[in-house]
Amino acid sequence: MNKIIAKERLSEEVYKIVVHAPWIAKERKAGQFVIVQRDIDYGERIPLTIADADAQAGTITLIFQTVGESTHRLAELEKGDSIQAVLGPLGNPTHIEQFGWVVGVGGGIGAAPLYPIAQAMKQAGNRLTIILGARTKELLIMEEEMRAVADELILVTDDGSYGTKALVTEPLKTLCERSPAPDLVVAIGPPIMMKFCAATTKPFNVPTLASLNTIMIDGTGMCGGCRVTVGGNTKFVCVDGPEFDAHQVDWDNMLKRLSTYKNLEAQHHALYHEEACKLNAAIQEAEKHAGL
Amino acid sequence: MNSYYENKLTTNEEKALLDELLAKENLTPKDRMAIPVQEMPVQDPDARIHTMSEVALGYTKTQAQLEALRCLQCKTAPCIKGCPVNINIPAFIAKIAHDDIQGAAAIIRETNLLPAICGRVCPQEKQCQEPCTLGKSLKDVGKAVQIGRLERYVADRERAQGIIALPDIAPPTGKKVAIVGSGPAGLTVAADVRRNGHEVVVFEAFQKGGGVMVYGIPEFRLPKAIVQEEISKLEKMGVRFEYNTLIGKTRPLMALFDEDGFDAVFLGVGAGLPKFMNIPGENLVGVFSANEYLTRANLMRAWDTGRAATPLFPSKRVAVLGGGNVAMDAARMAKRLGAEEVHVVYRRTRDEMPARAEEVAHAFEEGILFDFLSNPIEILGNEAGMVTGLRLLRYSLGEPDASGRRSPVPIPGSEHDEIFDTVIVALGNESNPLLARTTPELAVDKHGHIIVDEEQRTSIEGVWAGGDIVLGAATVILAMGEGRRAAASINRFLAEH
Ligand SMILES: Cc1cc2nc3c(=O)[nH]c(=O)nc-3n(C[C@H](O)[C@H](O)[C@H](O)COP(=O)(O)OP(=O)(O)OC[C@H]3O[C@@H](n4cnc5c(N)ncnc54)[C@H](O)[C@@H]3O)c2cc1C
Ligand code: SF4
Ligand code: FES
Repeated sequence: MNKIIAKERLSEEVYKIVVHAPWIAKERKAGQFVIVQRDIDYGERIPLTIADADAQAGTITLIFQTVGESTHRLAELEKGDSIQAVLGPLGNPTHIEQFGWVVGVGGGIGAAPLYPIAQAMKQAGNRLTIILGARTKELLIMEEEMRAVADELILVTDDGSYGTKALVTEPLKTLCERSPAPDLVVAIGPPIMMKFCAATTKPFNVPTLASLNTIMIDGTGMCGGCRVTVGGNTKFVCVDGPEFDAHQVDWDNMLKRLSTYKNLEAQHHALYHEEACKLNAAIQEAEKHAGL
Repeated sequence: MNSYYENKLTTNEEKALLDELLAKENLTPKDRMAIPVQEMPVQDPDARIHTMSEVALGYTKTQAQLEALRCLQCKTAPCIKGCPVNINIPAFIAKIAHDDIQGAAAIIRETNLLPAICGRVCPQEKQCQEPCTLGKSLKDVGKAVQIGRLERYVADRERAQGIIALPDIAPPTGKKVAIVGSGPAGLTVAADVRRNGHEVVVFEAFQKGGGVMVYGIPEFRLPKAIVQEEISKLEKMGVRFEYNTLIGKTRPLMALFDEDGFDAVFLGVGAGLPKFMNIPGENLVGVFSANEYLTRANLMRAWDTGRAATPLFPSKRVAVLGGGNVAMDAARMAKRLGAEEVHVVYRRTRDEMPARAEEVAHAFEEGILFDFLSNPIEILGNEAGMVTGLRLLRYSLGEPDASGRRSPVPIPGSEHDEIFDTVIVALGNESNPLLARTTPELAVDKHGHIIVDEEQRTSIEGVWAGGDIVLGAATVILAMGEGRRAAASINRFLAEH
């Protein structure tokens, strides 16, 4: 049982929770993730990257977007409630060293896991440029935190409601065209964004890492559900990753594998909203009757 | 083949036969040999493929007594030598004949901690029943005394009567033992070490205990309540369970000594790395390891679609690759999850299948189709990256190989395609490298198995290992046997230090 110490709604769909998990807080390094399960009998296991941790207080920070039934159920928990299972830290830490000039690309919720990596890269003496992108202003997170660590911060939104109206690949390309080009790009975000970041940096031969967020069950290498094709070989994201050379990842295969349960999830998600609507309607109805 | 379903008597006939036999002063071997093998009642195949509840229902009292009377009580008792933990088989069977359940249970528990589980999942026809004199005399291993069914009967009766006593526990020694992994190996060590008065903590990566017995072996073969009862019993004995704790990640192995004050550690982390075939198409949508498929269905309860949040892939035509227990479980699970047609694709024939004979028989009854002497060379897919079928080769059986099994030889020009929407790779497990990778001091062989001596001691002083991580994917009873040996060694070590 892991107690929720604090909860904050960052936007319509994005939540930040601080969870009591002393051992994980102590052991975790930048780039690692946890698997959370709200209910150990029927709940789904959801992998979430650790956005921050406080070893002293014994807490970790998780940031997540409500995309399916399970993340909605997680978002229902309030401060003081407990998550029944949190397993971690999983995966390999990001390899941190003084590369020179590092560019971090955070798309949407991907800005959260990018933050500890940005911090560690900065501490290792790198010059740091951060590109944050989101569909719309609402969904752009971690701006203040990133501003504090980055030497240069570029903000873009798809609809132009904040920062420049652009996709993250546009400023990324501009940075690659500078001379000298970046020494390393770290891209974290929706798979389709990471795929295009890889395609953007490839012609410039800029080494690029992507942090993959596949379907997972155990997170220990036991099920193989998280497997991806990297450089023609099968890799397990939970134990071999989560970061891989973005130029070697078979993105199309990964995107297809991610859609394995898509129809089912859409149904579940719709059902969830239907239930919630019915409940709301029932409450309103009841209130009306009570003359409220 | 096997004779599990011959000689069915009606309940009244059984009763009459038993009365007649019990009335005799002394049964001659001839009398005993004339008693038909007692078939265990099972759920009707057509009904059971729509439920997760246990297939085999267990002997009635009359059946158990009849089966027990078949035992010749051989002086040499070859069955005992066939049993990996050397249960005194003729002795416990003799107790059943006189309906002394507590007596029978006491004899079994001298060496076997988990009889309700072993009675259900051990490959008896290759262990205690294989050398059975009765089976040999009747020239059919299927006609051996049904030792496993009797073991299960004793354990179930004992449970039903609520007479399971907790073992005595020695006064506290102040010593602490960490057990990593809660499979049969870990649970066995926990019990044996706790009895000697040591403090015991079991660390388990998953949210529930039992290892493969809860995430792999399905409910319809081993009810989870039975495993849970064993865990509750350990809790009552004072064993503490720390779930969601992955040693090597959540806690480094060596920190258990340096920071947490443990005096000894047992590693029972299982095999836990699914084997794939390394053929083209294995990462298509609709290809699963049996571990993933079964974990979703069992541990995550995805079969309970109304309640479980974990989704299941909707399948119509399923191919299961392999011929062991893992393959039988995956195939029978797929059937229960609504697949219209399930094929087991296996390179050899029924006789070479490593699965428990009873499970193979049950799979046949449930309408699982067996494509013997057949092996895929490619998994076929469409543009959306979904599985559409298998490209297969036909085989014939050649000379026996090192394991004594006749090795399959591909037939040239036999390539052909079959349509499937789901492929479950059920070739078993190799060793999970996670612990070894995070603990360089731990010596492993080239297969990643932890190297141990005859007392299950590893290369690190104070660390023991046993079960699948040492043996490679093996069996519940062998894991338990290694656990017992390790526990004895740990107890000696802690007494001396
Ligand atoms: C589908 C299937 C069917 C089978 N059917 C049969 C059968 O009919 N009869 C039979 O005898 N055998 C059967 N087996 C084999 C049998 O289940 C195993 O041999 C046995 O369970 C091994 O026991 P173990 O204690 O070594 O490990 P496991 O049962 O594998 O348990 C290991 C446990 O350790 C945990 N763990 C792993 N790493 C760590 C870590 N670093 N930190 C903390 N915890 C960790 C795992 O989560 C797991 O719970 C079957 C296996 C499978 C997969
Ligand atoms: S070998 Fe068979 S008949 Fe002989 S004692 Fe053992 S179980 Fe009984
Ligand atoms: S999540 Fe199961 S192997 Fe990676």
